[in-house]
Amino acid sequence: MTDSEGGPDLSKDGPEDTIAPAASGDRPLVVVENVNKHFGELHVLKDINLTVDPGEVVVVIGPSGGGKSTLCRSINRLEPIDSGTIRVDGKELPKEGKELARLRADVGMVFQAFNLFAHKSILENVTLGPVKVRRQGKQESEKHAMELLERVGIADQAHKYPAQLSGGQQQRAAIARSLAMRPKVMLFDEPTSALDPEMVNEVLDVMTGLAREGMTMIVVTHEMGFARRAAQKVVFMADGQIVEENTPDEFFTNARTERAKDFLSKILTH
Amino acid sequence: MFDFDPFFDNFDEILNGFAATLRLAAAAAVLSLIIGTLLASFRVSPVPVLRAFGTGYVNVLRNTPLTLVLLMCSLGLNDILALKFSDTTSTSYYWWAVLGLSAYTGAFVCETLRAGVNTVPLGQAEAARSIGLTFTQSLRIIILPQAFRAIIAPLGSVFIAMIKNTTVAAAASYAEVALVTKTIVDKPTFADGVIPLFLGVAIGFLILTLPTGYFFGWLAKRMAVAR
Ligand SMILES: Nc1ncnc2c1ncn2[C@@H]1O[C@H](COP(=O)(O)OP(=O)(O)OP(=O)(O)O)[C@@H](O)[C@H]1O
Ligand SMILES: [Mg+2]
Repeated sequence: MTDSEGGPDLSKDGPEDTIAPAASGDRPLVVVENVNKHFGELHVLKDINLTVDPGEVVVVIGPSGGGKSTLCRSINRLEPIDSGTIRVDGKELPKEGKELARLRADVGMVFQAFNLFAHKSILENVTLGPVKVRRQGKQESEKHAMELLERVGIADQAHKYPAQLSGGQQQRAAIARSLAMRPKVMLFDEPTSALDPEMVNEVLDVMTGLAREGMTMIVVTHEMGFARRAAQKVVFMADGQIVEENTPDEFFTNARTERAKDFLSKILTH
Repeated sequence: MFDFDPFFDNFDEILNGFAATLRLAAAAAVLSLIIGTLLASFRVSPVPVLRAFGTGYVNVLRNTPLTLVLLMCSLGLNDILALKFSDTTSTSYYWWAVLGLSAYTGAFVCETLRAGVNTVPLGQAEAARSIGLTFTQSLRIIILPQAFRAIIAPLGSVFIAMIKNTTVAAAASYAEVALVTKTIVDKPTFADGVIPLFLGVAIGFLILTLPTGYFFGWLAKRMAVAR
């Protein structure tokens, strides 16, 4: 691959196997049904229903405290739910144990704070899951990891530690770490909110590239540009409910609900 | 008064005493590290029974005087209940002293390590879980290695305290340097010079503990995790 000055390399398609397979069949990949969740007295998810098809990109948007992170975290069971079901590729995640760990590996997660393993090099961060969870050979894992790091434009940082990288580079490394598990779906919880403005685009570009290649994604973000460019669906969440589901264009220009219009007027005026 | 002859007259015996102290301290360092790590793992585990066991253990051992713990081992378990490690009396007392001191120090190692676990951001564990590591894997590969690096310096203090605590093993009939010193002073032929003798032994302890402190301080700097 050619030099890309450390920026993500999106112009060309990488090796066929670099990015995970989408899904097996035409059925929805993620099905969230009647999900409820409380934190003590606080009802944070109220009867949530959401379906995500293979290859679909869904952007979740809404006011702070609306339950967007909680929904994301419930989908790979970082948070337990009180009632309802969440199925990924037809399978409901078990409550706990080894089986949960194994199935959870099929759902990639990218966090606002990157959460790279601070005591491991970037390359080790990316190979850890394949080696320890998928029981894949070390050499094979490293080869795949280097392809992924190349893909997100930080192959030259492979032997550094997370603290030595800029925020944008760390987030791209975190994306590579998730991709290394060949997940069926990827969750992004405000992946660019902790970044300096000049680094936002390098991460969004990687995500746009993933979307184009058919990765199924659920993305919590307020980046309208990304939503319009990459998403097929916008889900507006407020007070623990899904208030509106719409196409990105419709949503941003002509939202159906008052609640969404009100929210948009606030984020658009400053 | 400050004639160090009594120290050097008994130098061989004192040196043997220190060797015994060192044997006890070294074994207790290893064993207490193992016990402390296990206990800390219990205390942060999602299994309530393990957590309760860890908490109970730490509360009991940390709040019992070490002398009592060691007497329990030597008099109670070894002598009265005749639970012996070996037919050789001194060997049996040695292992009981190691066990008692490690069981006690392990509680402190556990609490230090738990403080270390708290320095590891929650996101590290979440990321570990999200790539499919089990609880034990994430503890072993992600959390504990970072926790250990954060507590190297305080762990040094725990070990220094432990080295000094070996003197209490005298109560458990183990002939470490304090017991040897006492035996020397109690000899009918020993006339004068208790203070120089004690000073000599104290300096001997400094020779053990000072480098321990420096070593752990150096290691802490070297191993610090950059965030
Ligand atoms: N672990 C927790 N314990 C108790 N309450 C929580 C916990 N996590 C979140 N909450 C509460 O649940 C509600 C929803 O939180 P959530 O983080 O899902 O919102 P969000 O839509 O992601 O908001 P933001 O845009 O600020 O990230 C908030 O009121 C929050 O205070
Ligand atoms: Mg959030």
